[in-house]
Amino acid sequence: MGHNEHKRGEAMLEIKDLHVAIDGQEILEGLSLTVKAGEVHAIMGPNGSGKSTLAKVIAGHPDYQVTSGSIRFKGRDLLELEVEERAREGVFMSFQYPVEIPGVSTASFLKAAVNAVREHRGQTPLDAFDFLTEARSAMKLVKMDEALLQRSLNEGFSGGEKKRNEVFQMALLQPSLAVLDETDSGLDIDALRQVAQGVNALRSPDRGMVVITHYQRLLDYLVPDHIHVLAQGRIVRSGGEELARELEEQGYAKLLGEAGLERAAAQAV
Amino acid sequence: MNANEPVTKPAVEDLVGGDYKYGFVTDVEQDIVPPGLSEDVIRLISAKKGEPAWLLDWRLEAYRHWLTMAEPSWAHLELAPIDYQSISYYAAPKKKVQLDSLDDMDPEIRATFDKLGIPLDEQKLMAGVAVDAVFDSVSVATTLKTELTKVGVLFMSFSEAVREHPELVKKYLGSVVPSRDNYYAALNSAVFTDGSFVYIPPGVRSPVELSTYFRINAANTGQFERTLIVAAPGSYVSYLEGCTAPQRDENQLHAAVVELVAEEGATIKYSTVQNWYPGDVNGVGGIYNLVTKRARVMAGARVSWTQVETGSAITWKYPSCILQGDGAVGEFYSVAVTNNRQQADTGTKMIHIGRDTRSTIISKGISAGRSDNTYRGLVHVDKRAAGARNYTQCDSLLLGDQCGAHTFPYVNVHNASAQLEHEASTSRIGEDQLFYLRQRGLSTDDAVSMVVNGFAREVLEELPMEFAVEARKLLGVTLEGSVG
Repeated sequence: MGHNEHKRGEAMLEIKDLHVAIDGQEILEGLSLTVKAGEVHAIMGPNGSGKSTLAKVIAGHPDYQVTSGSIRFKGRDLLELEVEERAREGVFMSFQYPVEIPGVSTASFLKAAVNAVREHRGQTPLDAFDFLTEARSAMKLVKMDEALLQRSLNEGFSGGEKKRNEVFQMALLQPSLAVLDETDSGLDIDALRQVAQGVNALRSPDRGMVVITHYQRLLDYLVPDHIHVLAQGRIVRSGGEELARELEEQGYAKLLGEAGLERAAAQAV
Repeated sequence: MNANEPVTKPAVEDLVGGDYKYGFVTDVEQDIVPPGLSEDVIRLISAKKGEPAWLLDWRLEAYRHWLTMAEPSWAHLELAPIDYQSISYYAAPKKKVQLDSLDDMDPEIRATFDKLGIPLDEQKLMAGVAVDAVFDSVSVATTLKTELTKVGVLFMSFSEAVREHPELVKKYLGSVVPSRDNYYAALNSAVFTDGSFVYIPPGVRSPVELSTYFRINAANTGQFERTLIVAAPGSYVSYLEGCTAPQRDENQLHAAVVELVAEEGATIKYSTVQNWYPGDVNGVGGIYNLVTKRARVMAGARVSWTQVETGSAITWKYPSCILQGDGAVGEFYSVAVTNNRQQADTGTKMIHIGRDTRSTIISKGISAGRSDNTYRGLVHVDKRAAGARNYTQCDSLLLGDQCGAHTFPYVNVHNASAQLEHEASTSRIGEDQLFYLRQRGLSTDDAVSMVVNGFAREVLEELPMEFAVEARKLLGVTLEGSVG
């Protein structure tokens, strides 16, 4: 669909000193992160560190209040845009818990989604035939069963099918920025490998990715350019892939303790 | 709502409340009987229609009985008291009512139906659909008559049927819904003005869909239509009705009676898209839709009621089946949407009398705004009805937290061999569902429309194709702006 004027090396996403609260409780407390086109950033951290909040704030979830700081996407103020406007501009979020929509087939939902994005880009809508052609090739990427297209969206899907469906949608919508929220959770090792291979295939010089995960195992298949450790609402350490190994060996508690984050360290044990 | 919530949060309540597109008034000269109800008014209506004495007597008997009755109060509805003396019981366009051809029609009325998307022009007729157009108290046009006459199908206004086929009317009128059946049916029997009449001869499959479009136009009038459909043994008919009314601050009364007779082995599919004016956001104005619909289903016959109810301030309506013959089948598929201050108490009665009778009830209630949506249904299995089966599914979908959904399933079983299944669910349209769909690029309105259509899919699938498309759009429009 090639609507990405951003090329490798340019800042795709710039988050500065972001503070976010839900129901008056602060979850992100000064997070900064820059993702350039072509890069894959992994965000790791213990439960409750604010990982999923980050994903939802980038996507624009209405429950979260940005109290200060900024998010720029391709140079624009992302926080000014509605959820659907961000999506049409190329922000995609893979959900940790994809929702079920009874009575709405996966195909009819996705055709509407693809055409909403195409309309925004000034492209003609896909008809049913062209849509199916594109859908079939995207499904191959994650080895997703074609029969799922005619079933109600995510209804009765297994955990693995739901996650494949997320990556399949990403392949179809071709976003500029993909935020993957715990895409590895609930997957057995074979499904994990296939889903990770699908994501790998979608890496591209003009696409940025933020991969949120609790465990290091996803990063065995999906090797990131940068790894960040999130704790108490901030990035407390950044590094390359060696950081993932360090975490694997020593656990979050030790690392957080060294960073002087006693409260987070205690929770992580 | 929680005071801490950010102001940008889309309130589900705000998504409901699209504009009513059919609220215009047509300026035609009317022949209106002054408000008030008495034996004299009934005599006047009957005389205007040139009715035979037996029909006037039937009306008067119904009226006298009605005077002894009280309005039912068991429904989960708050009705303002109705002053029956302030209503006009007859309103008809003054121009010639009996038309030789559609070309003679009052252009204002023709334009009205055009605007409603019901072209009555011979050139523009909907393919495969014959239409009877009822404007206030009278039928103003029936299309495709020649084609129907060829196969012996009778499709005409009720008044015309009284003149042309009195023996059929006399035989079946009141045979399914007796004039004393209930308060509103008795009132209708006394003052009914027009409606449609259908007769399908034995073994005939109606070559086109039959459709009646009801339009209320005049102010301070009630619409009391009467529809009678008789399907002779082994015949088939699919019938559709649609309804709209102008936007007014006063409530208007619509008390209809529909009787269906499906003789042995016959099939009647009856579909309704009801979009009477629902009143405004604060519940001012709107139609009181108080309707009695019932079918008598003989051996091996099948009656299927499908309704999409989006309009009216008040809906009180229970399309029912008396499954009298062995192996008779009754079906009820319903989507009822209430928004703002609308109230609906709707459902069905399946009365199993014959052996091996079967019934299916699928009810989908969608409530938004400050509305109340009630499913009320009865499954009655007579002691003779060995092997009777019923499947009931009642689902409610709530948009927002200020609306109500209620379910009253009554079950009366007098034969131990009966098998009944009941499933029910209540769900709230999830902020998470909307967020998910919007994250993929859909607007909030499109997201709500998608969730609601998915919820109602099983019922919409029962509608004839052209009407299903309309109904889907209508669901979207009715709930437009209710979130976000």
